[in-house]
Amino acid sequence: MSAFNRKDFKLLKEYKFEPKPIQRGYAMRTLHLDVGSGKVTEKPVSEDMKRRFTGGKGFGLKLLWDATSPSTKWNDPENEIVIGIGPIGGNTNYPGSGKSLVVSLSPMTGIPIDSNVGGFFGPYLKFGGWDAMEIQGKADVETIVFIDSNDGTIQFYEAPETLQRDTHLLAEELTKAFAKDEKDFQSVAVVSAGRAADYSPMGLLNFSLYDKRRQGIRIKQAGRGGIGRVFRDKKILAMVCRFSGVKQDLNNAADPAAVQRIGLKLHREIIVNDDAQCKMRKQGTAHLMEVMNSYDLLPTKNHKYGQDPQIDGISSWVWEKLFSQNLPDGCWYGCTMACAHAVDHFELLTGPYKGTKVCVDGPEYETAAGVGSNLYVYDPHGILELNFYCDTYGIDTISFGTMTGFLMECWEHGILNAERTDGIDLSWGNWKGAAQILHDMADGKRFGVLAGQGVKVLAEYFSREYGADPQFMKDIALHGKGLEQSEYIAKESLAQQGGFYLTNKGPQHDEAWLIFMDMVNNQIPTFEKKAEALHYFPIFRTWFGLQGLCKLPWNDVEPADNAKHEEPGKVPEHVKNYFQLYEAITGESMTWSELIRQSERVYNFQRIFNIRQGYGHRKDDYPPYRAMGPVLEDEYIAREERYDKQMKEKIGIDPSGRSTAEKVKITREYRMKQYNSLVDAVFNRRGWSSDGCPTPAHLQEIGMDTPEVLQVVNARISGKT
Amino acid sequence: MIKYLKLNDNKCVGCLNCTATCSKLYFKVDDPAKSRIKVFPVGLGRHHIVACDQECRKCVAECPTQAIIVNAQGVVTINRSLCVGCLACVAVCPVGAMFYYPGESTPFKCIACGACVKTCPADALELAEKEDSPASRLPFELAEAARKKEVTT
Repeated sequence: MSAFNRKDFKLLKEYKFEPKPIQRGYAMRTLHLDVGSGKVTEKPVSEDMKRRFTGGKGFGLKLLWDATSPSTKWNDPENEIVIGIGPIGGNTNYPGSGKSLVVSLSPMTGIPIDSNVGGFFGPYLKFGGWDAMEIQGKADVETIVFIDSNDGTIQFYEAPETLQRDTHLLAEELTKAFAKDEKDFQSVAVVSAGRAADYSPMGLLNFSLYDKRRQGIRIKQAGRGGIGRVFRDKKILAMVCRFSGVKQDLNNAADPAAVQRIGLKLHREIIVNDDAQCKMRKQGTAHLMEVMNSYDLLPTKNHKYGQDPQIDGISSWVWEKLFSQNLPDGCWYGCTMACAHAVDHFELLTGPYKGTKVCVDGPEYETAAGVGSNLYVYDPHGILELNFYCDTYGIDTISFGTMTGFLMECWEHGILNAERTDGIDLSWGNWKGAAQILHDMADGKRFGVLAGQGVKVLAEYFSREYGADPQFMKDIALHGKGLEQSEYIAKESLAQQGGFYLTNKGPQHDEAWLIFMDMVNNQIPTFEKKAEALHYFPIFRTWFGLQGLCKLPWNDVEPADNAKHEEPGKVPEHVKNYFQLYEAITGESMTWSELIRQSERVYNFQRIFNIRQGYGHRKDDYPPYRAMGPVLEDEYIAREERYDKQMKEKIGIDPSGRSTAEKVKITREYRMKQYNSLVDAVFNRRGWSSDGCPTPAHLQEIGMDTPEVLQVVNARISGKT
Repeated sequence: MIKYLKLNDNKCVGCLNCTATCSKLYFKVDDPAKSRIKVFPVGLGRHHIVACDQECRKCVAECPTQAIIVNAQGVVTINRSLCVGCLACVAVCPVGAMFYYPGESTPFKCIACGACVKTCPADALELAEKEDSPASRLPFELAEAARKKEVTT
């Protein structure tokens, strides 16, 4: 590889700042960069902002709100990418404490998206003395932003044309270019996208970390919602942050010894329990593959089915063998859960890097399901190759998997053919066809670019251009608000339909995952209980995003005696860890109910942000029917016994003697009604109107009744927006 | 070869000369909590001594910054300037021989210096040597196997 040095890059602007030590988790200031003008601004964080928004994605949403207007579109210069870290973020003792929270107006949904990601960038930025960073404006030339958190320098460079554009090469080049010497590689963190993010709204951001053992970069993804597309639209090629000197207590915690004690307690729990529980240290989230398959929940053929006998080809033990074992694969220092596994020396069979051996970061469960079983691909090589190219081109594997599943189903039904795909064979299981879409996306070729627009656009396009049945297209295009659904079968769990679609940003796996609680363990049988779960879990999980924490160490390892608690699904002992950790770092008292309150404020604020942008109506929260029940007759027949039984027992109609078409219709009407009732119950529990608007009384109760928020809410309630 | 402190519980009289010597040498205080060797009474006048055997090297494999290294004598040591204080090493140590002092960033462990051997009145401690083993080689073999050998352009 030709080595670059930053001195060879053309320096456009330089700015000096005073690095500021963090005090009890906060720097109490944020950084604003305008990549258009090269202007850099420091902003103080007020006590009021800290109290209402806490940090992380709370700060991100607040800053984005202030920077944009109700008419701002994703590609307007004023749209921002905000990276927030959170007060707990950056500690090295408690596993999962290195998440960056990235917020922007999404090109897929038009409303705020937030995506959490590992890698070193967020914490390194924080250690320069920033609680968050806003990036606004649009550059004229391909730009690299460099922040040195040790010596307080911000530089804007013009990126040389000879730099690589795909992340696995670009981030490596930039790590070397901005490190002081070889020993300094681990001090450099790079954020970049990839060539396909130039064209596709499902473009993502890769956050790097330098892996000393592999002697190369690793990447984690801020995947959902197209923030990479925004990044490239701003003509940013990369952002680089350097910080050397990570220590245990850079947060200057109120009680650093308590931070150690609480962290060590979880470290030990992971070391002792993980092998008998989720095997995160060996398999990562891919441990779920055969579990989901056996419960009929693993997306198969665009979420039409939930299992397949070929599962053995892509089960957890396959991944365990492929992943290099016994390496400290955390995405931030001190994460002993170490789920960020990789397959090393993987030889690619397609595309521009065909024949080269690469390190593939992943697959995680969502990827293995999305570009695996969902596409009827049971060849781990296919999954790994799609995983690799999605990452390096800067494409979200979840959106890509759901989108390609949709295309393959369209191919099966004759809506697509080789002429319409520019020669790409999209038969089920043909991963090389899927890979070709990716290569075409990166090269800006017609079909790749079209596919990359996502299922919402494609469904409309195929109806309009190819005469596909609009209702069928709508039914099988798995998205909510424009964002592709993530990879769990939702149709047999009403609560999970709510978990995916009664969300702020679209159907993702970040807010609520209730399938087991609802369908398998039947713990929330009534609408009220489902509504309570759909209040509690999304709100609780929001808290991780306020703090800079990862969700996985909350319930992907559990205390050995967790089951003895009254509500084991909440993992009460770990919740206690969290508020103790918060107290130890910030020095402020915290209780379970105050933790929920902190999140509730930001959760409702995000909903109101949607409303401000013209969305956030009840109608925006409905799933496509594929996520609710059987769309097709053969889909009904595949689970006929179950559906017939439900018809008899739950709907009160005798299925015997009725045609399948009739039964599909009856089931559909019933399930739509059920979902409607669920929405009523959930909105009511959340303190929202029947159209999904938080009420002024609720906002007052939770302390989010600021004038700017009330103005938006009152306009919606009075029917003006 | 691996240089290590050979422990003999049967001879230990629990005088704590070793912990005093160790904590004074490295921390300038006489405090068993700051010693790199620990002695635990186990009843009936018997004692259990804990110090790193230098061989299992689970901490070497676990350290995210490779701050835990093996020196030319085969002794596991911690490079304080690289340590980020995560305490993962403390958690993975199967014998509890990686110690930390509350509020201080870097953990500490026995580095087989032998200072305690001279002050032990009962011959319970001895500086010894042993051969490398599959366990002691593993962290290096794992890293070698994962290394990106080919850098593509």
